[in-house]
Amino acid sequence: MNHREGNVAQPLAALDAPVPVDIATIATPRREASALAAVRLVLLRDLRLAFRKRSQLVQPLAFFAMVTLLFPLAISPELARLRELAPGVVWVGALLGSLLALEFLFRDDAHDGTLEQYALSGQSLTALMFAKTLAHWLLTGLPLALMAPLAAVSLGVPAAALPGILLAVAVGSVTLSLIGSIGAALTLGIKRSGALLSLLTLPLSLPVLIFGARATQLAIQGASFLAPLELLGALAVLGLTLAPLAAAAAVRISLE
Amino acid sequence: MNWTWFHRLASPPHVYTLAARLTPWFAWPAALCIAAGLWGGLVLAPPDYQQGDGFRIIYVHAPSAWMSLMVYVTMASAAAIGLIWRMKVAHAVAASCAPIGASFTFAALVTGALWGQPMWGTYWEWDPRLTSELVLLFLYLGYIGLRAGIEDPQRADRASAVLAVVGVVNVPIIHYSVTWWNSLHQAPSVMRLGKPQMPAAMLVPLLLMLLGFTLLFIALLLTRLRGEVLARERAASWIREVVRT
Repeated sequence: MNHREGNVAQPLAALDAPVPVDIATIATPRREASALAAVRLVLLRDLRLAFRKRSQLVQPLAFFAMVTLLFPLAISPELARLRELAPGVVWVGALLGSLLALEFLFRDDAHDGTLEQYALSGQSLTALMFAKTLAHWLLTGLPLALMAPLAAVSLGVPAAALPGILLAVAVGSVTLSLIGSIGAALTLGIKRSGALLSLLTLPLSLPVLIFGARATQLAIQGASFLAPLELLGALAVLGLTLAPLAAAAAVRISLE
Repeated sequence: MNWTWFHRLASPPHVYTLAARLTPWFAWPAALCIAAGLWGGLVLAPPDYQQGDGFRIIYVHAPSAWMSLMVYVTMASAAAIGLIWRMKVAHAVAASCAPIGASFTFAALVTGALWGQPMWGTYWEWDPRLTSELVLLFLYLGYIGLRAGIEDPQRADRASAVLAVVGVVNVPIIHYSVTWWNSLHQAPSVMRLGKPQMPAAMLVPLLLMLLGFTLLFIALLLTRLRGEVLARERAASWIREVVRT
């Protein structure tokens, strides 16, 4: 029952504390929460649960750092060469790191029936999916974006390019989380879905990779990276409008 | 307007017999068109002044590439119909499309690579159209993988339908982002309105091949659809009446 609370060191009282979202509050017809309030509750709940399992939070970041380490070892320690490869390394690392975290997006909620409760709550499942995806981005996309400049520095990228890299990864990872939410929802209930999940989401993520790597490359060259950044923003807006709909449809199908 | 013909499409036995009856009407014209197109393209058409005889692979490559996209759109449309109106037969159509589309995509990739060896000096060039074709192959494989991964057939239908619809929204985005990324390929030279750059002796066989491949797709689809319907309805009693061994 309490398989979420992996951290044994926590006092028992904290473990037994009511799970932050009270489905009854959302669903009771008498005190029906607005969609916005429901989004906020789900968001806070996901963040709180994630912070109770900190080791899981760090995994994508450690993975990202590890991938970055592989390239100098495999190719060459020359900074001049690494600088050329830096956009690709940073983006492939961010893409894989974000993919790695996707498995956790719905798995626990599907296991313990929370997703079913969401679907039955009478709230728009689309809005709740948006909240979950937003939480996922705050927990993986944003940390990866903060980590990207570090990885870039280790590859010999000049300091002037770092804000651009941070911005590009931050905007691009929104779309990655959104696409990932569709893939994670579709593969719900499939055992050992890891490889399938990457086969579903990676082809759809290619535009983000292309524009993101281009923005990073331009930032490193000291040129204006506004054009690819705007395209990344456009992809994020398109994803924000459509992806939660698809994810909600996929979750409903998995519950049928 | 009388819609009974449309409503009858929701009935598996009707679809099964209809598909069986229609198949020869598409298969034979497809064979004729492809035979005529191949003869026209490989024998009658003059060699290209730059590419010599190497250009002749276009008679297989271009129709395959064209079909790879068209099958995807057909699959996504069928999937959307199945998703919206909960029509089982539409899901069966989508399921039958996927392997055909993946095969056409694979054929387009292989012929593209074979053409690239003498023309570009390499089998694989990271050219935008080849790259988007490769991505399309992965989209098909993902669709087939998802369908195979879910055990419950109805859930598999609906989940893969969502994926197909998501994919069809993404195909143009992927295509244009890849084009923007890199452009080496020669500009499209077939469908120029007004003045096609190809002489008629080259163009007519190509159009015949396009028509032939489209008809071939329909014939294959109808055949696969029959198998799909049989597999799905294997417990139904009508099968004993329709299928006589």
